[in-house]
Amino acid sequence: MTRRFDAFPYLLLLPAALLTLAIVAWPVVETFRLSFTNASIRATEDYIGFQNYERLFSGSFMAIIWRTLLWVALSVCLKLAMGLFGAVLLNAAVPGRALFRVLVMPPWIVPIAIGVFMWSWMYNGQFGMISGLLQRWGFLAGPFEFLGYRNSAFLATVVTDVWIGTPLVTLYLLAAMQTVPRELHEAAWVDGASRFHRFRRVTLPLIAPSLATMALLSAIWTFNSFEIIWILTEGGPRGATTTMIIDTYKTAISRFQYGAGAARSATLLVLLMVLTGIYLLLLNRMARRARRLEEASA
Amino acid sequence: MIDRYRWWELVLIYAGIAVFLIFLLAPFVEAFMVSLRPLTQVFRAPYRFFTEGMSFKAYGDMWTSVPMLWRYMLNSFLIASGATILALICIVPAAYSFARFSYRGRDALLGVFLVVNMVGAAVLIIPLYRIMQSFGLLNSYGAMIVPGAAFATPAGIFLMRSYFLRIPRELEEAALMDGASRLYTLRRVILPVATPGIVVVAIATFIAAYAQQFLFALTFNSRDAYNPLPMGLYQFFGHERVLWNELMAASLVGVAPVLLVYAFMQKHIVAGLTSGAVKE
Repeated sequence: MTRRFDAFPYLLLLPAALLTLAIVAWPVVETFRLSFTNASIRATEDYIGFQNYERLFSGSFMAIIWRTLLWVALSVCLKLAMGLFGAVLLNAAVPGRALFRVLVMPPWIVPIAIGVFMWSWMYNGQFGMISGLLQRWGFLAGPFEFLGYRNSAFLATVVTDVWIGTPLVTLYLLAAMQTVPRELHEAAWVDGASRFHRFRRVTLPLIAPSLATMALLSAIWTFNSFEIIWILTEGGPRGATTTMIIDTYKTAISRFQYGAGAARSATLLVLLMVLTGIYLLLLNRMARRARRLEEASA
Repeated sequence: MIDRYRWWELVLIYAGIAVFLIFLLAPFVEAFMVSLRPLTQVFRAPYRFFTEGMSFKAYGDMWTSVPMLWRYMLNSFLIASGATILALICIVPAAYSFARFSYRGRDALLGVFLVVNMVGAAVLIIPLYRIMQSFGLLNSYGAMIVPGAAFATPAGIFLMRSYFLRIPRELEEAALMDGASRLYTLRRVILPVATPGIVVVAIATFIAAYAQQFLFALTFNSRDAYNPLPMGLYQFFGHERVLWNELMAASLVGVAPVLLVYAFMQKHIVAGLTSGAVKE
């Protein structure tokens, strides 16, 4: 059946398309273009080929990339571990679980910056809660400025990122667990499988695709994380928490070197594209598997 | 019976939940405790959870220490509202188009919005800064509203689309048979039925826009009168002596509205906020 061209559905897309084009799509293209220029606060800009990239990769940027990968990997692993831990507990049929589920969300709901203000006080070495309690329990001999030393600042920024990301991972995994058919659990239970065994042999395999999707999404979002580090340490002490995005911001916005900054963003964008590609492949495979299962059961 | 727990299992579960919730809520509890302490007790070692002289005094004093506080709160609200309205104008028709029509390139376009959701604002900050500069939007509400709306739109489209998919097609078919135009059908038949869904999308978008104002304000705005709450409070960090009790009081008052909205509508909002992560 041939139909004449119908513009109406396209017209409905117009506002969203225009906004996304102007604020997201075009800036992506522009980032790549700028990365080949020496654009700065001056009015003129010239194309300088790969000079930005050459300078970038002969300098300290490789170290920043590795640091970013470590920061993201650590944060995502902890978010998944915390999320799985929380989802298993909130999935248990115990009194009060509806309330517990509500109480999980606040770190995700409140403005990121304000949550981070609270953490920056928690990390205060002299008067903060963490240092205070660790001293009282004998783990610390005296005041300890968590944000003042390279390793502890690195871990502290990760912990705050995990705090903000955990609620969403928890609820997502909880939703996945609730789609596991009850009959499977009952069958395993009749066969005498212990609770732990049922988790390992029934729940975990069935939520594995959700776990993988969440890991990828979480990694993508964590690469984009900016406010936490900026407010807590501004990338310090001595660069210990300078991730790719912090380095980009400092180069471009604080020092007005747009071209050099764009080369940093562009590198990050390539990384994000690779991850997004893997994510889309995974979604595709999950959709096909779901269709096959449906056909098999029909 | 499968759900029956032995007593030690119950103890373990509740202990685990307690540890989990303490991690997630401790910063709020400590912020609240700090907001009650007089400054002399805030800066005092060794750390004590309950201290002398606790009161709500900081909640009154903060308005004089941070003279623009009410303005920051109003700005936060205005920016989030503006972003929500602009986002809805984009989300609702687009979601309807994706849910109801089949046309060339539809699935690819939907995929584009999924991909767009993967790029954060901070990565694109350089071209965004230059766009704001060339349109003369620096130091204006627009510089914070427009990108806020743009980055909230994709997730909103996916959520709204799933609502439209649940509305029976017969509804608009009947209207179209009666000779109503498609735009009229959308306005008079579909939108009223979809209102609960639109409200949920609006609230989820508002919360997202309220949560992500810091970067745009930090980068695009240097006029204090336009600063949203997070940026307004951030300026007080650099000072010699941070008034932590008042800072925490102001933070808590600033997040109270979204937490209240969340408490009342949590079931719907959770679906909304996680929609960015859920595929259709």
